[in-house]
Amino acid sequence: MTPDLECVDLIRRFGETTAVDNVSFEVPAGSFFSILGPSGCGKTTIMRMIAGFLDPTSGDIRIKGKSMAGVAPNKRPVNMVFQHLALFPMMNIADNIGYGLRRKGMARAEIARKVDEALERIGLPGIGKRKVDELSGGQKQRVAIARCMVMEPDVLLLDEPLGALDLKLREHMKIELKALQAAFDTTFVYITHDQSEALVMSDQIAVMNKGVFEQVGTARELYYRPESAFVAGFVGDSNRWRGRIERIEGGEMEMRTESGLSMRGALHGRQLSAGDTADIFVRPEAIRVARSETELASFDNRISGTVSSLLFNGAASRVLVQGGDGGEQIEVTLPQSGEYATLSKGDPVHIGWSGEQGNCFPAGAA
Amino acid sequence: MKAEAKLGFVLLLTPLLLWLVLLIFIPHIDMFLVSLRERVGVGKYETSLANYLTFFREPLYLWTFLRTAVMSTVATAITLLIAFPVSYYIAKIAKGRMQSALFLLCLIPFYVSELVRTFGWMILLRETGLVSNLLQWSGLVDQPVEMLYNDAAIMVGLVYTSMLFMVVPLVTTLESLDDSVIEAGYDLGGNAFSVMREIVIPHAAPGIVSGCIVVFMLSLGNYLTPTMLGGKDSLWFTQLIYSQFIVRFNWELGAAFGFMLLFLSSVIVWGMLRLTGQTLEKTMG
Amino acid sequence: MTPRTIKVSITALSVALIGFAQQAGADTLRLLTWGGYAPENVVEMFEKETGHTVEVTKSNNEEMIAKLRATGGGGFDLIQPSQDRIAGPQLEFGIYKPIDISKIDKSLFIPSMLDATMANTTVDGEVYGVPHVWGTSGLVVDTKKAADVKDYTDLCNADVAGKVSYRLKRPTLIGFAYAMGLDPFAAYGDEAAYTEIMNKVEAKLIECKPNVKTYWGGGDELMGLLRSGEVVASMAWDTGGWKLNADNPDITFVAPASGALGWIDTFALPAKGQADDAAYAWINFVMKPEVAALITEAAGNFTASKGADEFASAELKAQYQASFPPEAVDNIKWYPPVPAGLEAIEGGVLDRVQAAQ
Repeated sequence: MTPDLECVDLIRRFGETTAVDNVSFEVPAGSFFSILGPSGCGKTTIMRMIAGFLDPTSGDIRIKGKSMAGVAPNKRPVNMVFQHLALFPMMNIADNIGYGLRRKGMARAEIARKVDEALERIGLPGIGKRKVDELSGGQKQRVAIARCMVMEPDVLLLDEPLGALDLKLREHMKIELKALQAAFDTTFVYITHDQSEALVMSDQIAVMNKGVFEQVGTARELYYRPESAFVAGFVGDSNRWRGRIERIEGGEMEMRTESGLSMRGALHGRQLSAGDTADIFVRPEAIRVARSETELASFDNRISGTVSSLLFNGAASRVLVQGGDGGEQIEVTLPQSGEYATLSKGDPVHIGWSGEQGNCFPAGAA
Repeated sequence: MKAEAKLGFVLLLTPLLLWLVLLIFIPHIDMFLVSLRERVGVGKYETSLANYLTFFREPLYLWTFLRTAVMSTVATAITLLIAFPVSYYIAKIAKGRMQSALFLLCLIPFYVSELVRTFGWMILLRETGLVSNLLQWSGLVDQPVEMLYNDAAIMVGLVYTSMLFMVVPLVTTLESLDDSVIEAGYDLGGNAFSVMREIVIPHAAPGIVSGCIVVFMLSLGNYLTPTMLGGKDSLWFTQLIYSQFIVRFNWELGAAFGFMLLFLSSVIVWGMLRLTGQTLEKTMG
Repeated sequence: MTPRTIKVSITALSVALIGFAQQAGADTLRLLTWGGYAPENVVEMFEKETGHTVEVTKSNNEEMIAKLRATGGGGFDLIQPSQDRIAGPQLEFGIYKPIDISKIDKSLFIPSMLDATMANTTVDGEVYGVPHVWGTSGLVVDTKKAADVKDYTDLCNADVAGKVSYRLKRPTLIGFAYAMGLDPFAAYGDEAAYTEIMNKVEAKLIECKPNVKTYWGGGDELMGLLRSGEVVASMAWDTGGWKLNADNPDITFVAPASGALGWIDTFALPAKGQADDAAYAWINFVMKPEVAALITEAAGNFTASKGADEFASAELKAQYQASFPPEAVDNIKWYPPVPAGLEAIEGGVLDRVQAAQ
């Protein structure tokens, strides 16, 4: 089956700078594909090339197998939800949604029917006569999507559409967007710098940095098995240490950090050898906290120390643990199941994690 | 505390009120009273509407007003047609330094006085002027052409004089239109024409209307341009007012003309607003 | 606001306004005049001799009267309207004050001109004006290209079509009336007769309109038109013709067959003038023959100063004699005072001519 969207060796230069450097990817029909990266990484450039507002310097974009080279934006079977939604303030909601259909030359009655249907779909029936500025942020969001969806595009592009919403609404819209995508059964290409948006909604995520895709994969793959130091650092939080690899045994290794902490880890098939300088990433949530050392017997990395700082943040609370033999502070997620509710600064704790959970990359990669 | 705030308010308002009362209201009331006087003999006056009746009874005056209004309307339309693409280019297509440079270019003619600008046009358009010589040199015509002293010359002068007053409000409103809204228009299947008609122009409507009002009023009240460029065929309502006041010493009729101009131009502006479905609040806000 | 603050505010405001009004001190002479009538060198000499300072504002007849009317005769200390513009406006608006003839050195004036002007500017037994500069208006013609233009009505000839100009002002109406064999000045006192004359002139001017390139508004504009050759014959002042003659010998001033129109610009005192002594001093100063000659140099026109001719340049005298053979001098039509209200009749005519297609 031909993928809905296919980019082949896409390059875009602005003068001396290369914003998109030889990027290729495919988005299968009906999937939710995200491009995640920090601002300035080139993700918006890719999106604008797909929409047709920018021409690639070289490479090709194919939608349903058809090359889009030389096709004007208004002739492409893609539609875009803009960062600030770009609803037409001079029109009411119904006219906003019907705009594209009018351009197609559809009959009035047919447009009215489709608009009503779309409003029904997004759960806002009967608001057609309202003005744009009478809607709440979330409602506008849904209207912006409906305005594109009535066009029945092959691919819907979304350019950080949740950026302007407040936190609560953003959390809610993540779920809703995913549901809408399922309901409309359309291919979504979503760009964002917010990893949580990407992780929650996407079938596939491409992590982009400095014009290239660092890794394309599912949320789990990116989270558990980052392929580069950049992905490991960008997706999720990590304790990151630099050190020297002292020993490699089969799939396992042992390294000593610059401050003298010794730890074990897994190679996960990466090209590393003894004596190399390397960065190791361990997620705070991969580390267990315990009152007694015996609870941690199953872990190959164990450290005893004291709580040097408590970072209370509800479900995402952490503690900073200072190892007994000096070295770095280690950030550890604090389970909120109750047993650590009384933990306070200076208390002795034991922490441990499985070497499997660590990801190690040659130093200097990111 | 409350009294202090009130005093501050009064102090802030005083210059404005003084300005309005001393320079606008009082002269206008005085002018209105003058317009209601009828000269019945040497130094003797009576209150009557005779001056206003003169305006309506003498076809020449009505015709002059009508001509002035129509010419001003046409000048406004032409100014809009020329200024819109220019403003669109400045606001939406030109970027950074280019944008400021272009805007400045629109401004430069206004560094010299209106008189000098009009003289400039006279030098270009006169029979022994630049354009005429150029046409002869290129062989397009075989004798000098007079391009001054007709309605077209007046029109050129009016449009030139008014350009900035159309460009400024247009650039301002067009700049406030988010680029992505235009892109959305294209993205959803619009072409250049429909995006212009359904998105850009409705958005710019307040700017268009306020620009048109300013240009229309400026053209209607212009004295120098029609007089100098129009020559023997210039017939402008302000000239009637000027000659009544200065040449004829007939302040009574001049004042009545002034009020008719004020009244009729307000009616025209109001009518235009109604016709285009705009309100003054929307335009000024 | 309390009554006290209101009183204070009113007082402060009044003081401020009075301050504005009194800005000009008593020994500053605010002179409202024509361009060239108060050249800088003369002003300097006067200031040095008398200690008064002079502020010069340049204007024309209509504006002078409009300005004085707006202020009820204030804002200036000495003004120089034409002698026919004194009696009428004085009757109507009361903008002048009588001249104390005893303060004027009569010996400096050409007696006939002084007497004529005083007679023309007398209202209710009081004299309101004394003469200063005089001249004529007639035709300025390019004698090579428009040799046939000898009178105002010749401007309507077919052979100069599109190459003539005149002002759309009252001198044109008067000039055309004379050229058509009518006598407008004689009809000044008779509104009906005057209206009839003006109606005939109106018909002629409308008929003549296609011939006209443009109605000129200012002296500089006319100079440009004649100099460039776009206009070959025009109604104009004598000095304009002489100035052009210096550049191009073909162009010169021609006294029309029906007679040039003679005007005399006067000295008059505005009703609310505040520096009468300085005004009298100025009059007596500039009428001295050697000073008057300087003004003739600057303005191009002769003055009513007795003996100033001796100081005038030979060139100007030659031009004058060429344009005015003795019989033409006798034929000059001097403007009588304009009766109040006459402008309304002329105004209607001028409006209709301007509007004619």
